[in-house]
Parts: sequence; C-alpha cells; structure tokens
Amino acid sequence: MKTLLKLLTALLTLSLFAAACGSDGGDTAAPSGDALSMAIVAPSASDDLAFTQSMVDAIAALDRDVDLQVTDGTFVVEEAAAAVRGYAEAGVSVIVVHGTQFGGSLAEIAPDFPNTSFLWGTATDTQGLANVFAYYPAADEGGYVNGVMAAALSAAKSIGVVGPVEAGDAVAYIDGFAAGAEAGGAEVSIVYTGSFGDVALAQETAEGHLANGADVMTGSAQMVAGAVTVAAQNGVAWFGTQANQTDFGPSVVVASQVYHWEVVLEEMLALYDAGTLGGTAYEITLENGGLEIEFNDGFDLSDDIRTLGEETIAGIIDGSISTGQ
Amino acid sequence: MEFFELSVLVATIASGIRLSTPYLLAGLGETIGQRSGVLNLGVDGVMMLSAWFAYWTVLEHNNIWLGMLVGLLVGLVMGLIYAFITVTLGAAQGISGIGIFLFGLGFSDLMFQTKVGTPRPLRSTLGEIDIPLLADIPKVGEALFQHHILTYAAFAFVPAVAWFLHKTTLGLNIRAVGENPQAADSLGISVVRTRYLAILIGNTFAGLAGAALVLRGGIFQPNLTQGLGFIAVALVYFGAWRPTGVMAGAILYGLVQASVLKLKILQVIPRSASDIASMAPAIITIVALVIIAGRVKAPAALTKPFSRH
Amino acid sequence: MLKKLAGAFVPLLAALVAFALGAIMLLAVGADPIEGFRALISGAFGSSDRLAVTAVRATPLLLVGAGITIAFRASVVNIGGEGQIVSGALLAVIAAQAFPDAPPVVLIPLTCLAGLVGGGIWGAIPGALKAYASVNEILSTIMMNLIAIQLMNYLLRGPLIDPLEIEAGTRIPQTERLSDNAALPIIWNGTRLHLGVLIAILAAVMAWVILWRTPLGFRLRAVGHSPDAARAAGIPVKRSIVTALALSGSLSGLAGTILVFGSESQRMVTDGSSAGFTGSAGFNGIVAALFGGLHPLWTIPSSYLFGGLLTGATHLQRVLQVPAALAVALNGIIVVFVVSSGRARVWIERIGNARSQVSTATPEAGHSEDPANLTEAQS
Repeated sequence: MKTLLKLLTALLTLSLFAAACGSDGGDTAAPSGDALSMAIVAPSASDDLAFTQSMVDAIAALDRDVDLQVTDGTFVVEEAAAAVRGYAEAGVSVIVVHGTQFGGSLAEIAPDFPNTSFLWGTATDTQGLANVFAYYPAADEGGYVNGVMAAALSAAKSIGVVGPVEAGDAVAYIDGFAAGAEAGGAEVSIVYTGSFGDVALAQETAEGHLANGADVMTGSAQMVAGAVTVAAQNGVAWFGTQANQTDFGPSVVVASQVYHWEVVLEEMLALYDAGTLGGTAYEITLENGGLEIEFNDGFDLSDDIRTLGEETIAGIIDGSISTGQ
Repeated sequence: MEFFELSVLVATIASGIRLSTPYLLAGLGETIGQRSGVLNLGVDGVMMLSAWFAYWTVLEHNNIWLGMLVGLLVGLVMGLIYAFITVTLGAAQGISGIGIFLFGLGFSDLMFQTKVGTPRPLRSTLGEIDIPLLADIPKVGEALFQHHILTYAAFAFVPAVAWFLHKTTLGLNIRAVGENPQAADSLGISVVRTRYLAILIGNTFAGLAGAALVLRGGIFQPNLTQGLGFIAVALVYFGAWRPTGVMAGAILYGLVQASVLKLKILQVIPRSASDIASMAPAIITIVALVIIAGRVKAPAALTKPFSRH
Repeated sequence: MLKKLAGAFVPLLAALVAFALGAIMLLAVGADPIEGFRALISGAFGSSDRLAVTAVRATPLLLVGAGITIAFRASVVNIGGEGQIVSGALLAVIAAQAFPDAPPVVLIPLTCLAGLVGGGIWGAIPGALKAYASVNEILSTIMMNLIAIQLMNYLLRGPLIDPLEIEAGTRIPQTERLSDNAALPIIWNGTRLHLGVLIAILAAVMAWVILWRTPLGFRLRAVGHSPDAARAAGIPVKRSIVTALALSGSLSGLAGTILVFGSESQRMVTDGSSAGFTGSAGFNGIVAALFGGLHPLWTIPSSYLFGGLLTGATHLQRVLQVPAALAVALNGIIVVFVVSSGRARVWIERIGNARSQVSTATPEAGHSEDPANLTEAQS
C-alpha cells in the first residue's frame, strides 16, 4: 500500500506540474494547409524492411502532399482499434489500417465516421462498407516467379521455406512459391516456426533446412532477417518478399518481390478526391506494377535463369501461366 | 523413419545444443543470484540491453570480442543497478525485476529504432570452432564439438559454477546468505557485499547470454529474446538450483525445440499440426519435472530482503 | 526534523528523477518533454472519454491482479495470467457460439461463467502439479503460458476460425463476429465504458470477501502463513493450493471474457501472439497487484493508476509521434523508481540514524502481509 501511495504522489505531482506549464497540448495534430491528412496504423515497426515499411515507403512515394501520422508497433488488436478510432475522431481524412487482423474492429468503427475514408489491407473485400477500400497483394504471383527461379537455381532440387504463423499474405506467397518451385521440379519443405518474431528459431529452421540438403531458401515476416543471415553465412541463395531484402544478405539475395502499394494508393486517393470514400477492393499484381521482382545486381545470376524469371513474369501477366492459387 | 537416421539425429543434437546456449548462460547466472536469496525477473530485459549494445558495437567497429566485452559490461552495470535497488534499498524483488524487464525491452527497442532502424546484418559473427581431434570423431564430433566459443564456454561454466558455489569462500558465503542471512550475518559474513557480488556475477552471465544471441545470429530485432529470460528463470527451478540441473533443463528445452523443427522440416509433422507441435518444449519440460522431481527446497531466504537488527 | 522532511521529500524526488530520465529520452528522439508529460496525463485522465479508456484498460489488470492476490495469500506465485486469460476467452467464445440467440441477461453471465471455468482449469493444472507432483509453480505457469499461445493459434486458425476468413483466403487467427447478445453493454453513453468495468470491480470485492470473510479464505491464508501449522490444524493443504491457483486463474479467465466481449470487433482476434490479444494484461496485472500491496481492494486504485500510465503512454506516442518503445521504457523506469522510492526513504532514515549513533530497532517482517515475500519488507 505504501508503494501505491508513492505512485499516487508521483502522478499527482506530475499533473500539477503539467497543468502549470501552459495550455493543453491538444490531441493529434490538426491537418495543415492543402496537404492530405493521412494516418497509418500498423502492427510492426516502420522500418522493418517488411510489412509495415512497404506501406510507409509507398505513401512517401505518392505524388502529392501528405501530412502523415504514424502509429506503429500496434500488434495488440484493441490498441490498433483505439488508434484508428482516435485518428478518425481527430479528423484525419484518410486512415490506412495496415493489418488484416484489424478488420473486425474496423467494421465497427467505419460506420461511425462516414466522412472518413479507411484503407484496409491486406484484405480482399470491403465488408460491404461504403467508406472502406481494401488492398491485397497477389503475393502468390511473385512467389511463383521466385519459386520457378529457385528451382532452376537449385542443384539439389531441394528448397527450404521459413514461415512465421500460417496466416495472411505469408501463406499466399509461400503457396505460390511452392507451386512455382514444384513446377520447376524441386522439392519444397515448408516450416512455420509458430512465431512472427523469434529470430533464433528462424535461424535454427534455416540451419535445419540446410542440414536437410536445401541449397536455396525463402521466407517471410519480421524474423526472416535471422534466416537470411544463416543463408549469407553459408552462401545459400535467398529469395525475398514484401520489401527489397538485399541489405540482409547482399551476396546471397537473388531477387525480392517488392510491394509497391502506391500503384493502388493513387487509384484509391483519386476516387477519394472525387468524393468516393470506399467500396472497392484493389490488388497489386505483376501486371499493374504493384508487384515487382527486384533483382539484386550483386548476385551473379545466370542469364538463363534471369530470362526464365522474366518469361514467367510475362506469362503470369498475360495469363498463360497460372499460379494455381 | 528418416528422423532416426544417424545423420539427422546428429544434426538435431547440434541444433539443440546451439539453441540451449543462451538458456544455459542466463540460467547459470540466475542460479547464482537466487542462491544468495535474490530473485531476478528482469533477466530478459538485461539480455535485450546487452544484445543491443553488443550488436551496435560490432556494427560500428566490426570486432566481435569488443562486442562480447560490451555485453558483459552492460550485464555488470545492470547488475549494479539491480543490486542497489534490491539489496541496499531492499525494494521488492519481483516488481523491481519486472520494471527492469520493461525498461530493457523498451529502451533497446527505442535505441535500435533511432540508431539503426532497418535491421542490418553484422559483417562478422561467431564462427564455429572445431575442437582438434574431438571434432573428427564421426557423428559425435559433429554433434558436440563443432560449436561456437560461447557454447563451449556455457558448458564449461557448468562445472565451474558448481565448483565456485561449493569450493570457494565466496560461493559458500553466497549459499549461506541465501539459506539464513541472519546466521551468516552473525558469523561476520557481509550479507550486503555477498549479495551484491552474486547479483553482479549473475547479471554478467545474463549479459553474456544476450551477447551470445546477437553475436551468433548476426542480427538484432526488437524483443529479440521473446521471453527467453523468463524461461531461463523457470529452468533454475527445474534444475533445483544446481548448475547441472539447469544444464539438463536447458539441453532438454533446446533439444525438444530442435526436434520439433526437424520433424517439421522432414514433413513428419504436417502443417495442420504445426501449432500443437510447438507446444512440445513446454509440455515436455513439465512432464520431465513431474517424473524427476523430488522434494527440493529453495534457498530459504529467496526473495526476502535482509535487514539487520 | 530534517529526517522527516527528507522522508516526505524522497518519493517526490524519485518521481522527478524518473520523469527526468524520461524527459532525456524524449529529448533524445527530438520530442518536447513538457508536451510529452502533458500528453501522458491528459491521455489517461484528461476527459470523460479518456477516463473511460483508462477504465477499460485497467479492467483486465484489476482482474488478473485480484486473482494474483488470492494466490499470493496462499503463498503461491501465479505468473500464468496470459495463458489463463486466453483459455478463459476461448471457452467464452465457444459458449457464445453455442447459444447465440440466448437473451443477453442469460448469455452474458454464461460467457462470464465460461471465462471463469476456462481460466480456472488453466490455473488448476499448475496448482495440481505443485500440490501433487512438487512442480514449482513459477515454472509450470510460465510453461502453461507458452502452451496456451499455441492452443489459441491452433483453435483460432482451425476449428474456431471465421468462415469469412477462409473465403477471403487471408486466414487471420480470428473468430467470426460473435453474437450481439453477448456484447457487454455500454454503461456511460458516448464513451467506450462497458459493463466489464463494473464486473471487474465487483470481482475484486468478491476476492476480498472470499479471503477475509469465508472459511475458504481463512484456510487459504492459513496455508499461506504456514503449511505445517495448517496441516496440523486439519486443513487440506494440497487441495487448498489447487483451489488458490484455480481461483486466481478463473479471475484471469474472466478478464479474457471481458476482453472479447468488450472489444470493438466483438470477436477474439490476435496476430499470432498472446500479447496481441491480451495486451500483456497477464503480465501487467502482476505489477498492479504488487503496487496494491497484494490486497484485492487496493488493487483497484493501483490497477487504475497503472492502467492510466499505459493509456497515457499510448496517447503520448500518438501525439508526439515517438516510437511506441519509448513508452514501454518509460513505464519500466517509473515502476523501478516508484518501488525504490519507498525504500529510499527508509534508507535515508537509517543513514541518518546510524550517524546519530542511535540504533533503530526494526523488527524483521513477519509473514503477516506477504507470505510469498514479493513486496517490500515492513521495516
């Protein structure tokens, strides 16, 4: 109880102190000038070279003035919901709800703010809400391309995949990758470690794949940095997704499927300007340029395989190749 | 079944030993602290702090040994702070530990985001060292004698810590103070000094454990430890406050993790059972303890602050 | 006289030092510390809306904390709050899915009961392990947390998954939107304050009543004081240990129910970790309990204060656009300083006494308040 009184004293002191120092700081910053006021609510760090960073980079790449506020690291769903509601109440015009798991909360929040536009991803439908746009990566496409190249690259025709929890676009990517690799005649071992963040476990999984004879690997989620490091330590080729992962292993990363959300963001914002606040679902694909396979020039990739990759991309775009997803 | 092929078993054992290293290091340190009567729930936070500073050091200076030293120093400093709070001030140990954990978690994350941002891999990491002759033994050599230096150190520390606790004066003092500080005090043993030393040593181990994680893996992420420190504390209870027991617990835990991974890689465990399989290390630890537990007694003065009267 | 002044001054000083450290951190990331602390306080208590958020945030802390006080009185340590919240929530979800059309007056108590049972089971298991197999409960509760996470992922991505998720192909671990009849009604219009807040306060009072006004509570406390004396008095020690952990777990399980049915989305959803659902309540509840001196009634204000700290920190993050990690570090600093400051006063007094050559007769703490001795000794 004594400790409680101490805590109470401390907080009371602070309140007086804060109250004495000037006016109320106010809630979230009010939008300024002509810039579009936007906010992102995302589950991981803004510079994680993965899920969240892809969206932050996309907004930076937009051809317009944006007044952006970010709340990242909200892996607790209720906290994200509170952040979304908070931004909406503060009058932010466009709120990017960057996490599939936030959809249920969004369904309750969006109707309360009919003049706010919510961009929700990764999701394939807008839940029938008039002010919600949805965006989704056809991650299986890039996965397929990576898989085809991986199989061609693999001498042992044995490939290892390191996945987090079997949910979200990680699954689409991995399933597409497996389809492409198997089409190329390779055996694919997929392991979900059961955690998004356990780097050590991801590393051991990668080590295990190598011990099992894999000579090419891929994976997704925040903990993948660990697996790429193992690949780099052993000179094993790596294919990346969600962002350009060359920095994780400059000598071993062959190519990464990069998300360019700005392609669909532009379309959504154009509709917003015209007065439509939602109702459409968008996909980023190889065709519309939202997905791009970025090759690492630092990796010595044979022309044959590179051509194979580019042909696969072309095939998916014109529809002649199906990823089976 | 493929899993029982010798080469697969060997690889699994090697993997298990690698995984167990940080648990063992942190667990040994916590054992010393708890033997002196002090519970430290902040191990996880200390590990994250030492991991961050070690990572940053190697990032800037590309010197692993410097990084290891920095990790040790961070452990030492945090030990000093924790000892001051719990021994000199006599504050509640459980909650102080949790405060340190929260601070370590947040501060390492904050520093990482402001100083580095996007994770960058270290250019040099701890490599495997083959012990001459022993490493060449077929199969056994692969499993046991081709590890990195901190793994060897961790296992070497087990008999060292046991010897320390039972054959040195300080070790005896630590145990005395943990069992009956009043009696120890009346015998002229400085309870304060002994506990300070025990906590310093213990936290230095934790610092080393954090450094091991980062110097072996070559990358840092926020919340790198994912609760590893708490499991290490649990393993101290598993090991009945004996270094050999803690070692057994760490090996068990690491081996089960490695086996589950291997079985998943071999597709023996299908994806649908992936989550259930991930329960295995925790379940098996409990089952093992049920089987082997006798009536073990904790250090009698564990968690009780000492005041002379 | 100076000593007395120093005594009163120290907690203030400690608070200021803690906030000074926080200010340094804020400055280091380029934020304005004054703004920061304004945001911290106003974010927690600044308006009716904010008070409601604080109350909702404090509710699971209170339940977990109250449960922990019951366990501690029986000299058992419960670090399994996270797992108990999850298992309570899972059972509550199943209950709501089994009887979606039952009227709220039936369904809400039913889901609460399910939460109590689910959490109770998850607590009883380590209790039985301790009583009958001598397995230390710190170890078993930590392990049970790990098991619960995997069980949650398995169920939420498998049998309990939202059918719409499978259609959409995204397979996020979440249930379908659960029956509105189970939703906890808002009791303060215009805010998010829901019935769960009252249920939690009631539960804390019940915990106090159980411990000090019932034979069961007497037995638990007797076992906590001295298992040997209790056994000699004919009290079933082993059963009491199981009961203590089961009760402790059931309160956490109730927190799970409230988290699901008080949530925005009216479903159980996570990102794959337990903290994604619980917000680490199973863990922060320990802090709340300890700040409350391990007394169920004092846990009420302490969980509200700590909940306020957490809420304010989130607000600080949003207003100043600093990384969320700073708020976590700040919480840690404040916890450490607050728990130290009480003792610092005693320390200064002792130094003062030693200097004036007067020995302070300070009897060593008995087991009176805190059998597990996780709070400060009274000296």
